[in-house]
Amino acid sequence: MATTRKLTMAQAVAEGIAQEMERDARVFVMGEDIAKYGGIFGATGGLYDRFGPERIMDTPISETAFIGTATGAAAEGMRPIAELMFADFFGVCMDQIYNHLAKNTYMSGGNVKLPVVLMTAIGGGYSDAAQHSQCLYGVFAHVPGLKVVVPSNAYDAKGLMIQAIRDDNPVMYFFHKGIMGLPWMAYFEGATTEVPEESYAIPFGQARVARAGRDLTIVTLSQMVHKALVAAEALSKDSIDVEVLDLRTLVPLDIDAVLNSVRKTGRLLVADEDYLNFGLTGEIAALIAERLDSVRLKAPIQRLGVPGVPIPYSRPLEQAVIPQVAHIVERCRTLMGAKLAHAA
Amino acid sequence: MQPSNEQLLWMYETMLLVREYEETMVKVYLEGKLPPHIQKGLAFDIASGPVPGEMHLAAGQEPVAAGVCAHLRKEDTVVGTHRPHHFAIAKGVPLDRMTAEIFGKTTGLGRGKGGHMHLFDPDHKFSCSGIIGASLPPACGAALAAKKSGKDWVAVAFFGEGAANQGSFHESLNLASLWKLPVIFVCEDNKWAISVEKRNATAIASNADRAVAYGMPGIAVQNNDALEVFEAAGISVARARKGEGPTLIEVKTDRYLGHFQGDPEVYRPKGEVEQLRRDDPIVRLGGQLRQRQLLDDARDKTIRARVHGQVEQAYEFARKSKYPNPSEALEHVFV
Repeated sequence: MATTRKLTMAQAVAEGIAQEMERDARVFVMGEDIAKYGGIFGATGGLYDRFGPERIMDTPISETAFIGTATGAAAEGMRPIAELMFADFFGVCMDQIYNHLAKNTYMSGGNVKLPVVLMTAIGGGYSDAAQHSQCLYGVFAHVPGLKVVVPSNAYDAKGLMIQAIRDDNPVMYFFHKGIMGLPWMAYFEGATTEVPEESYAIPFGQARVARAGRDLTIVTLSQMVHKALVAAEALSKDSIDVEVLDLRTLVPLDIDAVLNSVRKTGRLLVADEDYLNFGLTGEIAALIAERLDSVRLKAPIQRLGVPGVPIPYSRPLEQAVIPQVAHIVERCRTLMGAKLAHAA
Repeated sequence: MQPSNEQLLWMYETMLLVREYEETMVKVYLEGKLPPHIQKGLAFDIASGPVPGEMHLAAGQEPVAAGVCAHLRKEDTVVGTHRPHHFAIAKGVPLDRMTAEIFGKTTGLGRGKGGHMHLFDPDHKFSCSGIIGASLPPACGAALAAKKSGKDWVAVAFFGEGAANQGSFHESLNLASLWKLPVIFVCEDNKWAISVEKRNATAIASNADRAVAYGMPGIAVQNNDALEVFEAAGISVARARKGEGPTLIEVKTDRYLGHFQGDPEVYRPKGEVEQLRRDDPIVRLGGQLRQRQLLDDARDKTIRARVHGQVEQAYEFARKSKYPNPSEALEHVFV
């Protein structure tokens, strides 16, 4: 029996990277403060001491240059991991990401392989305001050519990071700051889990049923999985049995898992911390809407996301716009009481 | 550093090949784009014809490609611009597959998915991009990979004088200098960033002067001359191979044609192009080769016939090749 111990999500990410670096000399990491500091959010904790400056490389504040460098090095056979400190910073380097890293494989007819992992921190709820609190995976899932991975817990984080490093395609890996288990930010302890010591990979495109239920489905990801589980616990006291589906990856998306769950329950809430408009929740809703010939809904779909506003600083404001447990509970009750315009 | 006879002849023939390729493209590009074959009322339709879309040709800029690539091996990396043909040809990218790509055929370098601004040939370590300034970061990446592998390979980033004002230029130069990457940054100063002259876009007179700000040598090549480029590139490539780090070269070169084909160039002073063409770098090199007894009428005739044959064959290959099946559009997003 393989040994396990509890790791925080940050430790799990770092362990996944370390094990792949041991296995494959072509893997190296670049980013700001990822060396001695271990990454602002701990994603590279301990790696500098183990692998040294040749493979754990602090960069200047030059995202366009070092993400482009990752792309160019990958084209030559290396397997770089680059960290974009906050997903919010993609504005300064998006061209290299979505026009080059994402598209060179396609534009070359499949002749150019770019095995890059671009990992980045997402999420709010701790008063970091509009430019440091976003999720934005919807933006990267929208543009073609990037795989999008969003773990919700330590076990998944390690397996998905190992899979990401082994993938020959560009992978965007989004880790939510509020579940990394940092000693300086309140976090959902459910994200800290048993993590096997051995190396393992979790395939992309496989959602996970975090909680099985009969009455309604919450499709969600990242930190929101934990809020959904708390909400489900509360609702169970009123005999409402909630199924929580953790998407784990957006590209590729496990649409079958979503359909199976919604076919079972007939009620869907998509709970997302990214912006509500033109994003993940609309995508899931549309995928269901296209299949109403084989999916029977009992109630209109509910969507939760940040409602078209920049994330405010002041705590009561931030708590009002980032979906909370109370919002999830409220929407679930609405789902249970709602009817279709023309019930079957 | 003096070029060998082989290198001299190679540069001459390469420049002739580029020139004939580009001037052939001037004609081919217009096929199907002019009245009466197009929408009524239009003078030109960019979407029509066998070579649709934008076309950026490098006639006049041959010395930059030839003078630099004369020093490069197959294992060295070149990242080019939206005006890429001279770099691709000088790097040894197969002309037929390059042309097929420009025609959007399935036999093209990218199976027709990239087109003229997005030519990828991993075998010859050539790539290019339609985004201004986007060549510098990946060239740094190729250089980093070379350094990590312990090889003495180098990478070259080509870009224009307009791109030298883009953030990627400044970030890449700093990073390359800091990490002592074996990369050569080559700025083609053809004076024009589409319609905006260098003096109206750049605060200083010479981009070579920017090198000192990034801790690397800067070389200003004042003439559109293959031998002068050869000398500057030779110094820079040698530095890089020895592990001494990057160099910035700026070459004053000449854009004989418009920014894009179809560009009416209303912004360009009358007679400028005619004047530039009177000092043709290919004619000049030919004269120098004759002086050295490396070229005579017979040999020149042979070279030009060979060049003509290659160009003709490349275009014919492209014309005869098939278009990809529409279903292929959904393929190759991921490998």
